[in-house]
Order: sequence, then C-alpha cells, then structure tokens
Amino acid sequence: MLVEYIPLFLVIAFAIVFAFGTVFSSKIFGPQRPNPEKLSTYESGVQPVGTTHERMSVKYYLVAMLFIIFDLEVIFVYPWAVQFKKLYLDPSVGTTAFYAMLIFLVVFEIGYLYVYKKGGFKWD
Amino acid sequence: MNLYDIIFYLFAIITIVSATFVVFTKNIVYAAYNLLLTLFGIAGLYVLLGADFIGIVQLIIYVGGILILILFGVMLTNKITDVPIKSGVLQVIPASIGVGMLAGILILIVTNISWRNMELTVPESTIGSLGMLLMNEYILIFELLGMLLLIALIGAANIARK
Repeated sequence: MLVEYIPLFLVIAFAIVFAFGTVFSSKIFGPQRPNPEKLSTYESGVQPVGTTHERMSVKYYLVAMLFIIFDLEVIFVYPWAVQFKKLYLDPSVGTTAFYAMLIFLVVFEIGYLYVYKKGGFKWD
Repeated sequence: MNLYDIIFYLFAIITIVSATFVVFTKNIVYAAYNLLLTLFGIAGLYVLLGADFIGIVQLIIYVGGILILILFGVMLTNKITDVPIKSGVLQVIPASIGVGMLAGILILIVTNISWRNMELTVPESTIGSLGMLLMNEYILIFELLGMLLLIALIGAANIARK
C-alpha cells in the first residue's frame, strides 16, 4: 500500500530539493559584490513607501471564512465521486446515490444563495 | 529500520521540530508558517497509518483552509514582530497541579496498556469504503451534514454582512 505513495514522496522530495536548491545555489555559486544600489528593494524601480507590515483589510478574513465552508463541502463529495460507478451499479443503491448528493448540494446551494443575496461575495 | 520507519521518523521530526518553533518563536508570522509544517507532518503520519482520507482532509481543511484563516488573522493585527507573545508566569500552583495530573494520567495509560506488535494490515484505500458507507448506512447523517454546513454558511454570511 505504501508503494503507491512512492511517486508522491518523490514529487514532494523533488519540490523541496528544487526550491531550496535554486535559492541557495545562487548564494553559493554566484559572485557576491553588493552595493547599496543593488541591495535596494527594486534596483531600477520605484522606491518603496512604508513598511510591509501593513494592516490587511478584514474583507480577506471573511473571504477565507467562506472558503473554508465551501472547502468542507467539497470534502464530502470526494468519497462519493470516487465510488460513484460502484454505487450506481449496486442494485441496493442505484440512483439513490445521485439523488442523495443532489439533495446535499441543493441544501448547500440554499446557503450559497443566502450569502449571495446578503452580499457576502461583494468586495466593498 | 526499514523504509516505513525512515518515512515515519522523517514526518515525526518535521512535526515535532516545527511545533517547537511554533511555541518558541517571537514572530507570529513564523509561528503561523511553522504551524503549516506541523499540520503537514501530521497529514503525512495519517497517510502512513493508512488513513489516506483523513490525510487529505488534513491537507485540504487544515493546511489549505484553517491556516489561511490564521494567517489572515495575523495580518489583521497591527504589530507583528515586536509583540510580547509570552504571557507572564501566573498561577504557578494550580498550573503545576494540572500539568502533574495530566502527566500522571498519561504515564498511567502508557504503562498500563499491554502494547502488542501487530502485523500491519493496512487497507488499500479508505475513500472507497467511506463512500459506500456514506451512501448506504449513514445517508441520513450525510444529509444532516449538508444542513450543518448550511447553518455554518448562514452564520458566516451574517458575520460578514451585518
């Protein structure tokens, strides 16, 4: 069973090695002759104004909150989607699986419409 | 020490080291990013235990969702770096009693259980059987979950738009 995950582990390992490798190899192999002009944030660009530690708008938080709930909804679709063909061919389940998911989604879409009408997706 | 052990210790080290950073770092942004690594390590451990669905849920909900919420929460605050995160030492005696009792219970549990070495029988994939159960025995609970999510969505909409 673990054998199936070996490609996944390889991808993760490659991603980590690649990310760190590209960042640090330029530090290791490249020549380092810094001067104040080079070290500025945008060498040929506009001088930055202020710090990066700005307060973000609370709107982002609300979007993230809605995102998590939709995320949770998708989680429940996965087991159904993986097993759908088997469920459909199963005589004791048949089309029930389809309608069960339809009801689940319709119930959820009521919430979606509620948020839409309430203006939850508006940015301002 | 086979491949399984090596992968287990890799994820365990990732989890524990990043969790230690979460506790001890002075910058809350670093703490949040280390929490990402902690949750990722736990997801890896779930997969190793054969609970692949829980592993995916851990990745999608916690790493992808809750952590973004935490990061946005951090970004909402005005000061990020120079915040005294550590609270002072308060209530030493009740705290030590609580910690001592918890440690005692944990030690009792660990020493009293007869740990057995079981032959590993990891199921192929749990998602399939989970889908079967969700659509057969627990179909009512499944629909109720839809209602629960609806309530959560309405609550979130009400918080978002007064």
